[in-house]
Amino acid sequence: MTCLPAKTDKKLGLVIDLDTCVGCQACVTACKGWNDQGYGAALSDQDPYGADPSGTFLNRVHSYQVTPHDGGTAKIVNFPRSCLHCEDAPCVTVCPTGASYKRTEDGIVLVNEDACIGCGLCAWACPYGAREMDDEAQVMKKCTLCVDRIYNENLPEEDREPACVRTCPTGARHFGDFADPDSTVSKLTRDRGGVPLMPQLGTKPVNRYLPPRPKDRPEEASLLAPLLDIKAQGFAGWLDRMLGKLE
Amino acid sequence: MGQPKIDTSPKVSDEIRKTTCYMCACRCGINVHLTSGKVSYIEGNRDHPVNKGVLCAKGASGIMQVTAPSRLQTPLRRVGPRGSGAFEPISWDAALDLAVSWMKPLRETAPEKLAFFTGRDQSQSLTGWWAQAFGTPNYAAHGGFCSVNMAAAGIYTIGGAFWEFGQPDWKHTNLFVLFGVAEDHDSNPIKIGIGKLKARGGKVIGINPIRTGYNAVADDWYGITPGTDGLLVLSLIHCLMEAGKIDLDYLSRWTNAPLLVNGAEGPEKGLILKNAESQPFVIDRRTGMPAPWDGQGVQPDLGAVWQGHRTVFQHMAERYLSDEYRPEAVADRCGIPAARIRGLAAELARAAFDQAFTLPITWTDFRGDTHDQMQGRPVSFHAMRGISAHSNGFQTARALHLLQIVLGAVEVPGGYRLKPPYPKPVEAHPTPHFVTAPGKPLSGPHLGYVRGPENLALKEDGTPWRIDKAFTWENPFSAHGMMHMVIPNAHAGDPYRIDTLFLYMANMAWNSSMNTTKVMEMLTDKGPDGEYIIPRIIYSDAYASEMVAYADLILPDTTYLERHDCISLLDRPISEPDAAGDSIRWPVVEADRDVRGFQSVLLDLGARLGLPGMVNPDGSAKFKDYADYIVNHQRRPGVGPLIGWRGDGTKTGRGEPNPDQLARYIENGGFHQAHVPEEASYMKPWNAAYQEWAVATSFFETPQPYLFNIWSEPMRRFQLAAEGQGFIQPPDHLRERLKVAMDPLPVWYPAYGEDGAEEYPVHALTQRPMDMYHSWGSQNAWLRQIRGKNFLYLPTKIWTAAGFVDGDYARVSSPHGEITVPVAHMAALNADTVWTWNAIGKRKGAWALDEGAPEAKEGFLLNHLISELLPARGDGRRWSNSDPVTGQAAWFDLRVRIERVGPQEKAQPQFDTLPRVVPKGEGR
Repeated sequence: MTCLPAKTDKKLGLVIDLDTCVGCQACVTACKGWNDQGYGAALSDQDPYGADPSGTFLNRVHSYQVTPHDGGTAKIVNFPRSCLHCEDAPCVTVCPTGASYKRTEDGIVLVNEDACIGCGLCAWACPYGAREMDDEAQVMKKCTLCVDRIYNENLPEEDREPACVRTCPTGARHFGDFADPDSTVSKLTRDRGGVPLMPQLGTKPVNRYLPPRPKDRPEEASLLAPLLDIKAQGFAGWLDRMLGKLE
Repeated sequence: MGQPKIDTSPKVSDEIRKTTCYMCACRCGINVHLTSGKVSYIEGNRDHPVNKGVLCAKGASGIMQVTAPSRLQTPLRRVGPRGSGAFEPISWDAALDLAVSWMKPLRETAPEKLAFFTGRDQSQSLTGWWAQAFGTPNYAAHGGFCSVNMAAAGIYTIGGAFWEFGQPDWKHTNLFVLFGVAEDHDSNPIKIGIGKLKARGGKVIGINPIRTGYNAVADDWYGITPGTDGLLVLSLIHCLMEAGKIDLDYLSRWTNAPLLVNGAEGPEKGLILKNAESQPFVIDRRTGMPAPWDGQGVQPDLGAVWQGHRTVFQHMAERYLSDEYRPEAVADRCGIPAARIRGLAAELARAAFDQAFTLPITWTDFRGDTHDQMQGRPVSFHAMRGISAHSNGFQTARALHLLQIVLGAVEVPGGYRLKPPYPKPVEAHPTPHFVTAPGKPLSGPHLGYVRGPENLALKEDGTPWRIDKAFTWENPFSAHGMMHMVIPNAHAGDPYRIDTLFLYMANMAWNSSMNTTKVMEMLTDKGPDGEYIIPRIIYSDAYASEMVAYADLILPDTTYLERHDCISLLDRPISEPDAAGDSIRWPVVEADRDVRGFQSVLLDLGARLGLPGMVNPDGSAKFKDYADYIVNHQRRPGVGPLIGWRGDGTKTGRGEPNPDQLARYIENGGFHQAHVPEEASYMKPWNAAYQEWAVATSFFETPQPYLFNIWSEPMRRFQLAAEGQGFIQPPDHLRERLKVAMDPLPVWYPAYGEDGAEEYPVHALTQRPMDMYHSWGSQNAWLRQIRGKNFLYLPTKIWTAAGFVDGDYARVSSPHGEITVPVAHMAALNADTVWTWNAIGKRKGAWALDEGAPEAKEGFLLNHLISELLPARGDGRRWSNSDPVTGQAAWFDLRVRIERVGPQEKAQPQFDTLPRVVPKGEGR
C-alpha cells in the first residue's frame, strides 16, 4: 500500500480535443519512439514480424462509432487513451512495493522500475486500462508525461513537452498545469467544457477531454432564393438580371 | 517513503541530422537523432515548411523501416523459373554488366523494347531524363493509376491541381470543403490546417461515402454515392447561378467566360473565336465593340453575343441552369436529399459573399491595371483520389474547379492557393514526345499536355507509339502515362511486344496492379517458343515486396535514411503558396548492406550505356553518383535540380553549379525556400509581380499570364474530330464516347462501372489509413501492430439485410472475380457502399513476415475484383477500365455483390507462399 500526496504543487496533464482528433495515430508512435529510448526500460515488441505481434504502447488511439438513437447521422469519435494522472490514483495506493507513486511537485504518476516487481496489481486497479506490463522487462510501463522531456535542459525550451503533444498534427493535444487557472489547459477546459473521463469512479483524473462540437446540424439559414422565375422569364431574363448587377 | 530521485535532464542523443522523411509522399522535414552511430529517435523538424515540427504515425516509425528485416541485402540474379524465388547473389559489377548486356542492343536496334516505369519514387525529373536519353517512348511513373485525372483536370482548367500542388488559404478561409480526400498525400499540412481552422471556429465539410479521418472531424458530412460527385458539384453550380450567387467580376476578368465561342458550322465550331491576329478577344462593355482579351482597362462583357457567336458564360448559363442539374433531379442518384444540396449551396454562397473581405495589398495585373486591394472569398476546397479514380473523374475534377471559379475562390485570399511552380498554364507545359529512332534520344520529354489530335502519340498507320497506349484516342490526355496497362499490353503484344521491363519501386505483382492474379500469370507466361512472353524483367526496390520474385535481376535500393535524393522544383517540390521550396535527403546513416541508391545506379547504367548527358567526351562517367548529379546537372543553363545556394552560394533559382550546395542544404535543415513577395502572394496567374518573380526564380523564361479555362479548347478539338472535322480522325467505335467525354464544358456522365449495376448493386472502395503508406507499412514492427488486419466494412443496410454478425466473412463478387473476406459493421457509411483499407493484405512469404501473419491470412486486396479491362462487349475490342480522357485507372468504379458465408479460417484467394529472398523477421 502506497500513499498519495495530500496535495501536489502542480497538476500537470493533458487536454485532448476530441473535436479535432482525426485518429491518425501520430501520438501513438511518437510516444513509442521516445519512450523506447527514454525513461526506464525500452518498450519491447514480441513477435514483431510474426502471426501475433504485440508490444508495449503507453498511448493508444481507439475509434468509436456513435449512432444517434433518433436516426441522425452516424459519427466516428477518435479517442486517444493514456494515463490520466489521477489525483486519487488507485494504481498508486494498490502498489505493494511503493514503486507506483504520484510526484508531489507536479502530480505525475510514475513507476519506479527498480522497485517494481511486475505483480500487475496496478494494472488491475486502473479502471482506464492505462498501464501495460512490458513482457520483456517484466516491469509496469505507463505514460510519464515525458518526465524526461518536460524539464530536460538538453532540449530546446520549445521542445520541453510530451512527445505526443509535440507531434500531434492537428494540435489536438495540449500539455500544461491544471493548478494554474491561467494555463492554456485550464482555459481550454473552461472554454470548451472539458470533461474528466468517468468521474463517477472517483479517481479524479487530471487529464481532460474536450467533447466534439455538435455536428451535422441541419442548415438553419435560409436557402438561396432564385433571382427570378427562370421558367417564366427565360434564360435571357436571367442573364439580363444577372448582368445588370455588374453595373 | 521519499520519492525516488530521477534524472529529468538525460542526454537525448549524440547528434541530430536533419533530412527529409520518406514514409509517404508528404516529404516532411525530420530530425534524426543518432546515438552511438545508430538511429535512436525521429521527430519532426520545427523549421520545416511542410510539417512545422509535427510528424505522423509513419514518420515517427521510420526507425523501424531502417532496421526492417525485409530490406534487400545484395544484387540478385534469377537462376530458377521466374516466380520460383531461385536467385543467386551477384556483385554490382556483374549486375550492371548484365543489365547493360540486355539494354544496349535494344537501344541500338529498337529502343521502344525497353519499358521503364517507376512507382512511388520522387525522382521523376531524373528518371524521365534518363529514359529520354535512352530513346524509349515507354516511360512513365505511376500517376496513371493514381492521380492523373486530378493533375490533368487541374492543369487544363486552372493551371494547377489539388493533391499537394496547392492548399487552402488556411489563415483566412472560413469554410473548408473536402471531396474524396485520401489521407496519404499532403496529410500533415491538411491536418495542421484543419486543426488551425477549427481553433478559429471555422467549419469543415466532408463529402465522402466513408466517414473516417478528416470526415470524422468534419462538422457536416455528406455520405455521397461513389462516382456522383460531379453531378453534385454541377447541381451546386446550378443553385448558385440560379440565385445569382456567382462572382461576375472574377469571371469576367480572370477566366475565359467572356471569350466568344465560335458558333459557325464548320471546322472552327466551338473553338474560341479569334481575330485576324489569331488572338481571342472580348466585347468591351464600355463600347460594345471587340477588344483585346488582355487590353488595359477593358471591361469584358460576359453576356455578349457578337455576329451570332456567344460567350462561354452564355454557354455555361444555358447548361447549368437547365433542369437536369436541379437538386431534385440529382438527389436520388447522389444519395443526398435535395434540401441538403440546397443547404450546401447556401453555405458556400454565405462564406464566399456574405463573409467576403479584402486585403490591403496593392497589385498590378497583366493588363496593366492596378488594384488597391485583393478581394477575399473565405471558402476553399480540396479533393483527391476519391473523386478522380472513376471513369468520369477528369470531368468531375474539372467541375469542382468550375465550382471554385464561379465562387471567385481560386488564388484569392481565403480560397484555394497554388504553390510555385504553379500556377502554370497548359501552354507552358511540353507536349508529349515519342518518336523513336535506334541509337537516338527522344527529342523531348515523354509526358506532356496534348493541345489537339495532332499531338497524339500515333504512328502513321494509326497504331500507338507507346506500349501503354497513352496519348491515343482511347485516352488523349494521359499526361502521366498508364502504368496499369504496361504488363497487360506487353503480354498481349498489343500494340507490340517488348524485351525488357524495367521497374522501380512499383509492386506490380500485388497491390499496384488491377487484376493481380492475372498479372502474376502474365509475368510468368511463356510463348510457344518456351521463352517468357515478357522476356526480361529488372526490378529495383529496397524491400522484399511481392514483385521481387518476378524479376530476373534485382537491384537493391537503400532505405530513405541511407541515400541522397532531391525533392526538386523540376518535379514535385515542397513549395508553399508563399514560397517555392525544395529539399534533399542525404545519408544520415551508412547502409550496412551491399545496396546502392537507385538513382546512382541509374546514372551508372546510363554511363555504361553511353547515354547523352551521362558521359564525358572521353566516354567516362559524367557523374560519380546521384549527389554529384544533383549539384552539377543543368537542365537549362543555370537551372538545376535544386534552386538554393547556386553560383557562389548567394543565387537562388538561376546560377552556375555550386560544389558546396548540398552542404548548405544540410546546414539549413535539408531544405531551401524562396519567398514570394507580398504583392505577388495572391492572384498569381494574373499578377505581374508574381510573373516577374517566377521568371527570376527559373520557373518560366518569360511571364505566362493566362485565363482560367472554363471552356477547354483542347477538349473541343477532340470533340470536333469525333464529329468528323479535320484530317486526323478517331476510329469510328470511339466517336460517340469522345463526343461525351471531351465536352469542353464540365459535364457529368455515369461511370462505366454502372453498366453492371443491376447484378452488382454495391459500390466497393478502398482507402489508405493515415498510419500506413501503400504496402510498406506492414513490414514496420510498430505500424503493423496498429493495423495488421483489414475488414470489409459494410453499411447497416447490407449488414442487417443479410443477417451478418461479428466474426463473419462475406463472399464478394464483381463482374471480374470473387473474394471471401472478413467483414465488420460501419454505420457512418453510404448505404450502398462497402470499403476496406488498401494494401494491408500481403502475399505469404513477402515482406519478411511470418506465413501466419494476419496480413497474409485474413488480409485481402480488392484488386482481384478489378480488371484493367471492362467486361467484353462482344465487339472483339479490349476496352480499358480507365477514364476516357486521361486513362486514369477507374479503381473506384468497382461494383460488387455481397453474400454472407459465416465465419472462415482465412480470406480467399490464397496463393502459394512466395519463396523468401530475405529471411523471415524475428526480433526487432
